[in-house]
Amino acid sequence: MNRFRIVALLPVLALLGGCNFVVLHPAGFVAEQQRDLVIISTLLMLVIIIPVMALTVLFAWRYRAANKKADYQPDWDHSTGLELVIWAAPLLIIICLGAITWMGTHLLDPYRRLEKIAPNTPVAQDVKPLEVQVVALDWKWLFIYPEQGVATVNELAAPVNRPVHFRITASSVMNSFYIPALAGQIYAMPAMQTQLHAVINHPGNYKGFSANYSGHGFSGMHFRFHGMDEAGFETWVNEAKASGARLDRAAYMQLERPSENVPVQKFGQVEKGIFDLIRNLCVEPGRMCMSEMMALDAGGGLGLAGINATLPLPRDYRARARSGDRVIASICTPDEAEQMASRAPPVAPVRSSTAITGFGLPQPGSIFRRSEPTPRGMQTARPTNS
Amino acid sequence: MSVASTSQSILFGKLSLSALPLNEAIVVWTFVVVAIGAVAVLAALTYFRLWGYLWREWFTSVDHKKIGIMYMVLGIIMLLRGFADAVMMRLQQAWAFNGSEGYLNAHHYDQIFTAHGVIMIFFVAMPLVTGLMNYVVPLQIGARDVSFPFLNNFSFWMTTAGAVLVMMSLFIGEFAQTGWLAYPPLSGIDGSPGVGVDYYIWALQIAGVGTTLSGINLICTIIKMRAPGMDMMKMPVFTWTSLCTNVLIVATFPVLTAVLVLLSLDRYVGTNFFTSDLGGNPMMYVNLIWIWGHPEVYILVLPAFGIFSEVTSTFTGKRLFGYTSMVYATVVITILSYLVWLHHFFTMGSGASVNSFFGITTMIISIPTGAKMFNWLFTMYRGRIRFEAPMMWTIAFMLTFVIGGMTGVLLAVPPADFVLHNSLFLVAHFHNVIIGGVLYGLFAGMIYWWPKAFGFRLHPLLGKFSFWFWVIGFWFAFMPLYVLGLMGVTRRLRVFDDPSQQIWFMIAGFGAFLIFLGIVCFLLQIAYSIWKRDELRDETGDPWDGRTLEWATSSPPPAYNFAFTPVVHDNDAWSDMKKRGYQRPLTGYRPIHMPRNTGAGVILAGISLVLGFALIWHIWWLVAVSFVGLIATAIAHTFNYNRDYYIPAEEVTRTEEERTRALAAAGV
Repeated sequence: MNRFRIVALLPVLALLGGCNFVVLHPAGFVAEQQRDLVIISTLLMLVIIIPVMALTVLFAWRYRAANKKADYQPDWDHSTGLELVIWAAPLLIIICLGAITWMGTHLLDPYRRLEKIAPNTPVAQDVKPLEVQVVALDWKWLFIYPEQGVATVNELAAPVNRPVHFRITASSVMNSFYIPALAGQIYAMPAMQTQLHAVINHPGNYKGFSANYSGHGFSGMHFRFHGMDEAGFETWVNEAKASGARLDRAAYMQLERPSENVPVQKFGQVEKGIFDLIRNLCVEPGRMCMSEMMALDAGGGLGLAGINATLPLPRDYRARARSGDRVIASICTPDEAEQMASRAPPVAPVRSSTAITGFGLPQPGSIFRRSEPTPRGMQTARPTNS
Repeated sequence: MSVASTSQSILFGKLSLSALPLNEAIVVWTFVVVAIGAVAVLAALTYFRLWGYLWREWFTSVDHKKIGIMYMVLGIIMLLRGFADAVMMRLQQAWAFNGSEGYLNAHHYDQIFTAHGVIMIFFVAMPLVTGLMNYVVPLQIGARDVSFPFLNNFSFWMTTAGAVLVMMSLFIGEFAQTGWLAYPPLSGIDGSPGVGVDYYIWALQIAGVGTTLSGINLICTIIKMRAPGMDMMKMPVFTWTSLCTNVLIVATFPVLTAVLVLLSLDRYVGTNFFTSDLGGNPMMYVNLIWIWGHPEVYILVLPAFGIFSEVTSTFTGKRLFGYTSMVYATVVITILSYLVWLHHFFTMGSGASVNSFFGITTMIISIPTGAKMFNWLFTMYRGRIRFEAPMMWTIAFMLTFVIGGMTGVLLAVPPADFVLHNSLFLVAHFHNVIIGGVLYGLFAGMIYWWPKAFGFRLHPLLGKFSFWFWVIGFWFAFMPLYVLGLMGVTRRLRVFDDPSQQIWFMIAGFGAFLIFLGIVCFLLQIAYSIWKRDELRDETGDPWDGRTLEWATSSPPPAYNFAFTPVVHDNDAWSDMKKRGYQRPLTGYRPIHMPRNTGAGVILAGISLVLGFALIWHIWWLVAVSFVGLIATAIAHTFNYNRDYYIPAEEVTRTEEERTRALAAAGV
């Protein structure tokens, strides 16, 4: 009987063997550490799960009504020793798991800059992370490389073993930016910025997608992520540069309109600061940036005067919007608005740290230290956590 | 689909003929089938002259037992709808590979997964849980009804009105295409200009009134109406878990109501609570909805834990091991369930300290849950286990739920969640706990208390078929989803591009088919048992050798439940009474004070349904009329002083003598 069972299992194993378990075999150091946590926690819990399952089957069999030989004690309902054990055993496991969670969460905080690109390879002093700005649009991804001055739609590339710093926002609804081979996901939300630090260690062509349902075109909202060597990346950038297209306000407003299953597009030039305008919802000229609005509100607002300072929303601007809707008109000059919008939210400071031992993490006391006030005019998904 | 059009007439609001989904063949055929079925049922009711009977004996009834049964009927009917949605999703996902778009367009598919979630939680699990609590709790505590019998009837009909609204959305207009929690900005007026989200809002708001009131009602009942001698630590565990669940309901449903009010204001009035544009913040919605949403999970699972406790203790013929720690575990879970909501969105960018706090509180919940598991385990230890269907469901639960619990704790580790959040792994996890915990518990409970409610057992063999189809079907349907989650497949996808994944979706689809057979066997079991009810009859009122008070009275119990209020000396009161040689009193019956039936609940819920429909379609005159009608009817009802009556002593005597004869015939 047992032999047959093993034979029956073979096709399942074959199936499992043929699959690409990207979460368990990622290609980036961050995702690898996250995978390790998945495995460590599972093993830790199996320590208690397996005995419970075994005992369930054992007791169910041993104490079946037909087995008259088994001990039967209808009034036995308490044992202090046993109760201590049944509360203490899960407690001990959770203490271990809780410690791992606390350290792992801080170490793998997506907002933290990487100090290592592999278990024993610290980031070299002179290496700065590659900056990539990510915008989740309906229903495609826009990637802007501010340093290279190029932008792409639905295609992302990064050199291997160089840290990448993503700043992520969205145009209209919530999405989640996720490349399983690279690192865990983080939400992309309109008028807000989230961040992710990651590194890809093996060259390859990986899948990225939105992991948060965002409307009808959601299924087609995926992209390819290329891990390349330094030279390959340079070629890739140059190819993008060779494209004549320019990503400016007008081009963005065109791009932002809902569309599905969008092919790769490349922009050889990018208007400076466009990501800040996107993040502040003020790409259309004349519209008040979120940063400006928040600064005004912080100063006490405009009172009744503010009610009248609206502009009609261009009818064709958002296919989804109610017709005749109005938006708040900007009061600053365009230059001032841009300047204000470009004030980036602060990035958490770097501290040295080693592996998952927690060494180098902030002392517990510092959690309660007051964080520095966030500059006005910024809406970040969260305040600086120092 | 032109439901998004903004043209409105004064008479019909946004409603026009184009709201009928005539271009969706699947919906049209569903409508045809449903309409034929409905006409057949209505015709049968008329032919057999059942309308008057139904109205007098059921719809207007304030008897907690009848209301409980009506809740169960509602839950089972809605289970069929919710399951049909599940099958359609499984089919689409197994189909849409290799360039195929499947058979559902995005507009339809997105409604289906939203409706599946909403229906399964609000209109299947909630009614089934509430129905069992309604039926069993007053009997378990030796009471004659709940504290507020009319409110109970009203609550049921409000829940039903919500369910009717969801069903209407299938044929008139559309349902939400947002996912079951309708996150803005997608659920805002810009993201969802159609009526789908409005159906969602008003269905939940109307049903929410019912749920909240029923929560208040059962708390009062448990606190105030226990039989003499039953102090808190002598309450049956199911009553304890019901108490905790209803505390959770009363504390969290107002949050859901409030957050949906804010969302409606955004959609109807143009406020900006959750839009990003004018200083609003969608993250606020996500927080608020999960402050309701997480306790909701425990609202569902705690009563199931109670059922397992009753079942284990009964079928092992043994006192529950560690009653006190079971009670404390329940209370601890109740409190902790408020402190974990953020684990549903670790990926929203909270700081590491916030994330770890919520991760660790989540793990802490597994400690009392683990203790409960061990308590059931050690109840079995040195017992005499009878493998009747309820006990089989319990063992299946113990083996299934631990896996779901394990993956749950795994997802509570924030960095692990980053790679598994929103994936099919997550989908597998929560079906693992909701099916393996809540649904298995409900099946155990339904089979366990069925003879109490109807006086005959359910046919055991068909029950075993249903059990095995369900359990095996569950493993086939959801283990592949764990696998797919580890392959990085996210949820709510309609089309796939990696052909190596298709086989797993096919296995999951096969699992859904097995579950379908399980549901069929369950329904057959009920039908066959009703047909063969004389063979399956139980005259004793105590077919399982039960331990709690509901087994002390006849099956089905008389309207007044107990001719004399029992006096409790021990937990497992009925077991204790049997052991001490309890003699049923045969004389000295007195008139019994009972609440009178009223149609006010049906009427109020009916008007609420109209109000909801008018709000959804912006038919403002009807909104005004039905709102005024609602208030006027509620006020008019307060002038109804004819609310109670006495069952004369002679009738009680007659009923009890009949039971005496039945017991004698059964040889007890």
